Amino acid sequence: MKFDTPATTNPIDRLQVVGQPVDRIDGRYKTTGTAHYAYERQDAAPDAAYGHVVGAAIAKGRIAAMDLTAAKAAPGVLAIVTAETAGKLGKGEYNTATLLGGPEIEHYHQAVALVVAESFEQARDAAALVKIEYAPAKGAYDLAVARDLAKPSGKDDEPADSRVGDFDGAFAAAAVQLDAIYTTPDQAHAMMEPHATTAAWKGDALSLWTSNQMVAWSVGDVAKTLGMPKDKVHLMSPYVGGGFGGKLWVRADAVLAALGARAARRPVKVALQRPLMFNNTTHRPATIQRIRLGATKDGRLTAIGHDSWSGDLPGGKPETAIMQTRLLYAGANRLTRQRLAELDLPEGNSMRAPGEAPGMMALEVAMDEMAGKLGLDPVEFRLRNDTQVDPEHPGRKFSQRQLTECLRMGAERFGWARRKARPGEVRDGRWLIGLGMAAAYRGAPVVKSAARVRLDAKGIVTVETDMTDIGTGSYTIIAQTAAEMMGVPLHRVMVRLADSKFPVSAGSGGQFGANSATAGVYAACVKLRDAVTGKLGLNAAAAEFADGKVRSGDRSIALVEAARDGELAAEDTIEFGGLDKKYQISTFGGYFVEVGVDAATAEVRIRRMLAVCAAGRILNPKSARSQVIGAMTMGAGAALMEELAVDTRHGFFVNHDLAAYEVPVHADIPHQEVIFLDETDPLSSPMKAKGVGELGICGVAAAIANAIHNATGVRVRDYPITLDKLLKEMPAPA
Amino acid sequence: MKPFTYERAASPAEAAEAAARRPDSKFIAGGTNLLDLMKLQIEAPAHLIDVNALALDRIEATSDGGLRVGALVRNTDLAADQRVRRDYAVLSRALLAGASGQLRNRATTAGNLLQRTRCPYFSDTNMACNKRRPGSGCSAIDGINRQHAVVGASAACIATHPSDMAVAMRVLDASVQTVNPKGVTRTIPIAELHRLPGDTPNVETVLEAGELITAVTLPKPTGGSQHYRKVRDRASYAFALVSVAAIVQPDGSGRVALGGVAPKPWRLDAADAEMPKGAKAVAGTLFAEARPTEHNAFKLPLAERALASVLAEARG
Repeated sequence: MKFDTPATTNPIDRLQVVGQPVDRIDGRYKTTGTAHYAYERQDAAPDAAYGHVVGAAIAKGRIAAMDLTAAKAAPGVLAIVTAETAGKLGKGEYNTATLLGGPEIEHYHQAVALVVAESFEQARDAAALVKIEYAPAKGAYDLAVARDLAKPSGKDDEPADSRVGDFDGAFAAAAVQLDAIYTTPDQAHAMMEPHATTAAWKGDALSLWTSNQMVAWSVGDVAKTLGMPKDKVHLMSPYVGGGFGGKLWVRADAVLAALGARAARRPVKVALQRPLMFNNTTHRPATIQRIRLGATKDGRLTAIGHDSWSGDLPGGKPETAIMQTRLLYAGANRLTRQRLAELDLPEGNSMRAPGEAPGMMALEVAMDEMAGKLGLDPVEFRLRNDTQVDPEHPGRKFSQRQLTECLRMGAERFGWARRKARPGEVRDGRWLIGLGMAAAYRGAPVVKSAARVRLDAKGIVTVETDMTDIGTGSYTIIAQTAAEMMGVPLHRVMVRLADSKFPVSAGSGGQFGANSATAGVYAACVKLRDAVTGKLGLNAAAAEFADGKVRSGDRSIALVEAARDGELAAEDTIEFGGLDKKYQISTFGGYFVEVGVDAATAEVRIRRMLAVCAAGRILNPKSARSQVIGAMTMGAGAALMEELAVDTRHGFFVNHDLAAYEVPVHADIPHQEVIFLDETDPLSSPMKAKGVGELGICGVAAAIANAIHNATGVRVRDYPITLDKLLKEMPAPA
Repeated sequence: MKPFTYERAASPAEAAEAAARRPDSKFIAGGTNLLDLMKLQIEAPAHLIDVNALALDRIEATSDGGLRVGALVRNTDLAADQRVRRDYAVLSRALLAGASGQLRNRATTAGNLLQRTRCPYFSDTNMACNKRRPGSGCSAIDGINRQHAVVGASAACIATHPSDMAVAMRVLDASVQTVNPKGVTRTIPIAELHRLPGDTPNVETVLEAGELITAVTLPKPTGGSQHYRKVRDRASYAFALVSVAAIVQPDGSGRVALGGVAPKPWRLDAADAEMPKGAKAVAGTLFAEARPTEHNAFKLPLAERALASVLAEARG
């Protein structure tokens, strides 16, 4: 099905099942331990041996010598895989550094060996006996230093630079100016389930049970890395214990499990050890951002400038922190520039809302600062600079843009009017109280997505697609879509996901999964409906599928009748034909936050948070809410504590475990509320939906930063906002 | 983790005897720290002596009005004990500020005192660390050291002692009872249990090889208002940047010990004497010898402000 004209009324609009806050259909399996994750596939590979990964002890250089004698002789050891023994390996399309290093070392904790043994403990013990001599080389580890050598760098179709009008002239002439530098640190996905894979060979065919967001990409990269045909790789990822962009691709666990299984001649499972997660895998790269805003005295932006610097390994990609600035606010003169420096730190890559998450952390603080300079309420300042068209290409409209509605509703619901414009005015015992807000913005891309739908003789509708559910609720919204389309109750739908033998879906990433994958299921269901009406001899155009029946005119026939002579199946792909080029399709929101800051110690504690989101049709308000509150929690981490601490001497992230890389705990998140505007976007897909999983993190950290400023009068532009940075400027408590 | 042998001791004497027989052994109780370190081969004992069956899990009144806390009393039980809550509130509060409910259920009184530092370079066996590999150097002194000690450290090590409980024990003037492999018992004032690093940061306490802690004794209650303020980067489940254990008497006199700033709970008699003068005077004395780094210098004003806040609260 080609989607190239706006959606009209379709069966989804009935909203009998879609749009209902139903419980996750996979919830019971997860809460009863019957959802088997990649490392727990004893059912599929009962005799699996255990692999333990050895990570490089240096950030850059070479392995001078490797002595495996002691490790090989250790009890239970079955095989040891190194670059030397693995044979020729290719490099996948999606990883920058190789997944099995040696003799060249490209980053700290790059995998250099896998030790396979009968038991996990034996593998771990033997791994410590692998003796490696390194010849270290000098590397570049400090973005602030490497920044001077950074080069313009775009990403995908987006150019590095954009210019509209005369930014320099307009900024110089602006009545009110803001020019500030903001920095965001490297961050880790820190998902609960580590990267993990069970691998088994049958002849030259490989089965991988792994934890992965993008099944088809990963089949391709496994094949490319191992030098084998794609049709010999069977990859399954039915349950994923958190990904956040860290599992968009194949990582060392999958490649090494496959190589280990080949070497040991039996199935092997590998879970990346937690201390390796932070330097072995990918992370969100740090940014240095300069924002310049010029405005008239009445608060109209005349000049918007945003420069961003980030670093990555040679051949890597930039963190696209300027992207939202091209689209969020009106302003005639604009300049954005993106620069990429070469660093020898571990590989930077996508993490929940790459680009916008750190970009909004800077832009929305700059907007707050500018509102302060103008003496304008921060909500009002944003309302004055709204645009309904792409400000760089004014002929291009937003498909839907209810930013101002989100901000107005949020202000009302939160009690924003009670905010004191002057910082440091409100006190509750030893706590300084502040309110802050920020706009939320994230693009809503769509990606081609296919599904197969079957109707069997019992009337069960089965959906098969390689779509993943990374905790987001894909199983449930796909079941809701199929139930709505086929007119059956939810419990008559079975959903099978994330198997490379199923039709290729959008996968989970970039906030495109929910809308694209359900649209693919919609397309397949349209075909299956045609097959059903054909079989039943009904007029397809007039047929209505409801209550387990198909009605057309005076006739009403049980759906199951169509499969009486055998199962009916249909497969289709939704392909998006350019509406997303003609229109800018995005999601919007507003964040409102109240914080308390201890007047003595400058400890920041969030008191309450509100999100108001405009993101098209909400397919399941319950799972969508979970997405937004989870993302807000991640935003709280970004604002207050998350930072991979770079040792610029040795070139690695020092705090590489969950004790030292702090993410919010329950006590940090006392109260969250989420409101979804009642919106449909016929330009986005037949589902009229978008996505919320990334919108939820885009702006929330800035809202917290702005609340801290309102509480204390201290403006910190260097994330995370830890108490030491605040303390420097906080007066002695009264 | 290296393979190890294991035995379960039935009495303190038996445990001490086993330790004498096996110099490469370690005692294990809750195991909340030791097992983590063994998995990373930071600790690699060849033999474990499980002391959990030693019947040292009681809290008993002493003849002079104090409390004797068995070495195996779990942190949760100690924090919840009515006598502790009433007479040694600073201890109860410090315990509850530490770790998580699950860890406190398992962690013991003696084990808490003997836990190792959370310096990230100590935890990474690729990095130089004088505590882990004597003579290899200290990676933290010129590295990432925002969490590290500002006072009492040395050129060989700037790690902190991570315990909250120990800070409260220190302000309460607790003492530690031990038995050695020869069966000889002794009492060590808590102030003397932990050593400063000097040139041998790998030697963390005055305990001798095989010496087993059997109890911690709290002296007769001192009265006063008791406070534990733990300052950290998140609301729970994080080690202290700075913590303040204070006992303040109605006349303004009192005692204070700091956590998160030194290789051991940090308390000085001279600083206690300054209590009536206020936080600035106390902190000035506590930190007279401080040598902070660029990244942890904030701990000095932070400790003073936290103490000022505690004193203000004590005044009501």
